[in-house]
Amino acid sequence: MPGKSAPQEYPAIWLQGAGCSGCSVSVLNAVSPSIANVLLDEVVPGKHVNLRFHPTIMAASGALAVDILLGAAKDKLPHLLVLEGSVPTAISKIGGAGPDGKELDFAELFAKLAKKALAVVALGDCATSGGIPASGPNLAGCQSARTFMAAQGIKTPLINVPGCPPHPDWFLHTVASVLLYGLPDASQLDADLRPLALFGGLIHEHCPRRADFDAGKFAAAFGEPGCLYELGCKGPFTYADCPSRQFNGGVNWCIKAGSPCHGCAETEFPNLGPGLYRKMPADGLPRIEAAGDSLQPVMPGPYASASCCCGTKPEGA
Amino acid sequence: MATKITIDPLVRVEGHLKVECVIDGGEVKEADCSGPMFRGFERLLLGRDPLDAQQIAMRVCGVCPMVHGTAAALALDEALGINTSVPDNGRIVRNLLLASNFLQSHILHFYHLAALDYVDCTKVAGYDGADPGLQSVRAFIDRGELGPFMPRYEGDYRLPAEVDRAAVAHYVQALQMRRKAHEMLAIWGGKMPHTAALVPGGVTEQVTTSKIADFLWRLNEVRGFIDNVLLPDALAIGGAYNDYFAIGKGCGAFLSYGGFDLESGEGDLTKRKRFFARGTATATPALPGTLDISKIREDVKQAHYADATTGLHPTQGETEPDMSKGHTWLKAPRYDGKAHEVGPLARAVVGYLNGHAPTQQLAGSVLSTLHIQPEDMISTMGRHVARALEAKMVADTMASWLLELKPGEPAATPFVMPDEATGTGIVEGPRGALLHHIGIQGGKISRYQLVVPTTWNCSPKDDAGRPGPVEQALIGTKVSDPENPLEVVRIVRSFDPCLACAVHVVNVRRGTVARLRIA
Repeated sequence: MPGKSAPQEYPAIWLQGAGCSGCSVSVLNAVSPSIANVLLDEVVPGKHVNLRFHPTIMAASGALAVDILLGAAKDKLPHLLVLEGSVPTAISKIGGAGPDGKELDFAELFAKLAKKALAVVALGDCATSGGIPASGPNLAGCQSARTFMAAQGIKTPLINVPGCPPHPDWFLHTVASVLLYGLPDASQLDADLRPLALFGGLIHEHCPRRADFDAGKFAAAFGEPGCLYELGCKGPFTYADCPSRQFNGGVNWCIKAGSPCHGCAETEFPNLGPGLYRKMPADGLPRIEAAGDSLQPVMPGPYASASCCCGTKPEGA
Repeated sequence: MATKITIDPLVRVEGHLKVECVIDGGEVKEADCSGPMFRGFERLLLGRDPLDAQQIAMRVCGVCPMVHGTAAALALDEALGINTSVPDNGRIVRNLLLASNFLQSHILHFYHLAALDYVDCTKVAGYDGADPGLQSVRAFIDRGELGPFMPRYEGDYRLPAEVDRAAVAHYVQALQMRRKAHEMLAIWGGKMPHTAALVPGGVTEQVTTSKIADFLWRLNEVRGFIDNVLLPDALAIGGAYNDYFAIGKGCGAFLSYGGFDLESGEGDLTKRKRFFARGTATATPALPGTLDISKIREDVKQAHYADATTGLHPTQGETEPDMSKGHTWLKAPRYDGKAHEVGPLARAVVGYLNGHAPTQQLAGSVLSTLHIQPEDMISTMGRHVARALEAKMVADTMASWLLELKPGEPAATPFVMPDEATGTGIVEGPRGALLHHIGIQGGKISRYQLVVPTTWNCSPKDDAGRPGPVEQALIGTKVSDPENPLEVVRIVRSFDPCLACAVHVVNVRRGTVARLRIA
């Protein structure tokens, strides 16, 4: 545009490790800014994110693509590195060929790029905590960005944006915050390195079914009205702003659709509790004790004995 | 001259895949598909609560989680003994969830994964018109930092400049349309990707009039885009690149499990009335066949799995890694001993030859427009046209399903978890035929096997050395410029592989193999 100085370019590299591409697809669902705004426009005035490498949308294949990665590792201008998927450390050859003709190793590539990066954003549970690929026998040795970077002694600032998948706003607002105000300081992240502005509130405290919980009205089967705690809801243990933000342009979210929360913003996902649809042991139900006697829920049947706020021994504890 | 060229990674696909081709005299002589990234889903499901299966299985793929969830839910319906009692509301909402992702996936594939192989986005430079999307692209080009749209393979981009510009504007518009298709899905599913509301027995979401109305008008908008933008663009690109109706023909055998259940009381998925035709077909001679899923076997001699586990039916299948052998994590599924292509083209061929009326009507309308014969559809460009036609066919049908919903009636049926049971779910996803098999013992998952569409299409050679569908589609292809192997990537992407592909092209003669890096 005439009379306007060139915007500041922020090169970004988006790597996909052991994952499903669902985080990428979720980010495509962004509304404001839209994904077109992010790719094409100055996402904040005067600043443009130049997404140089993204396996799902980029034009370049083969050595053209590999050159972008190897170039970024040598680039003077530090890049923003986004990791989607976990870092496979045991089975880590991913094909591709460098100038030496040797097959690329994902763990080596991530380490090389992470060392040079302005910051690493670990996006989605596979990247923030190992997620699904690390949840079972983990034959590929999948690790989170945090575990891997610590083991490699990589000191680059790391921000964790969990979720399976993460809400697109969680990612884009984190990036916007870095562009507008710089890297977050320790007070802006929780112990899991999640931005408190997005992951500071407990789902249970803002849940539209909270009144049912407090009144002791529990759904016993899928599709029934009432609090979903008996169906395995992880909302009392999960910190994220899903209840107010809602997914897919705000049309719905898990609990509103009658599904128990699976706790996908927590590091333990998919193993938070005895099963995605199995009732959580009530010990440690956070903040219910703090709510005081006046908010003691009236509990039916087995739940009454499982309640920690009445001081009885939790069921299954 | 002996040349080995490497295209790796082949991007704009989902996941990780590697393909090696032997080129001789400018023509692909041999091809090998491999999947180098191992996550071990079948193993990590073992020992889990069976109720988790559809949630974990969705995470196989963030582009098509809905079909994995559906196959798992169908397998659980059978295992839990509720496959004849899913209420109509549950069945129909499941159809709407999956169909919404069909629309999303087909729009995404055409514009965002495939189009950059045919459309020259640099033609937008110097644009001085009023389209806000193109103005954004022009400003983007003016800034000179063109990631992620450049660099690319150079060469045969042959559309007229105005068609290129229109296609780029539609690329931007399609980003919104695929998003809206996911919003449609989330109305019933809670969120997408990785929908929470799908459970054995139906769905957790309730049917209300406001959801029906909200869904209908989002559907109408996406449907308008498919009719007025996607289909015309597919035909325009098909017309300009009509030589691609003659290459990448593949294995000439097709398979479809049928998809979108139209009745609730039939438990047998090989008999349940479905919207997509169920069956097999061959190209030469053009004949339909009856589906018999007992004829499926998976070979593993080429793969990193123990040889002792080769040739098993998926209900008996094992996932026993053995890194000392093989070149891939993909097994080689075969039906009646032969490689079969799956996906929109397979469904179109099976439907066309089985007298499926919507398929025949739509196919008839485009064959004359494109001046091609039915057999020309079995090709690289035919896959794109079949996918666009299918998007229209599904979108046109969804409104009628929506109006069959009954607000206030249940959408799920209760169940009791058995100690021991098995179940098999077969269904069609955007990329083709999907099978999930679950075994339950002691109330936990004791066996889980998946046979996914891309395993059919990108399968390695079987134990008898017979190549898979993508491999066969590549063999015989003339590659005009090995440094810019557009023909190869166009063929591979026409299958919409759900893997990040790596394509290796090898040229051998007199035993010499040299490696040429593609710059």
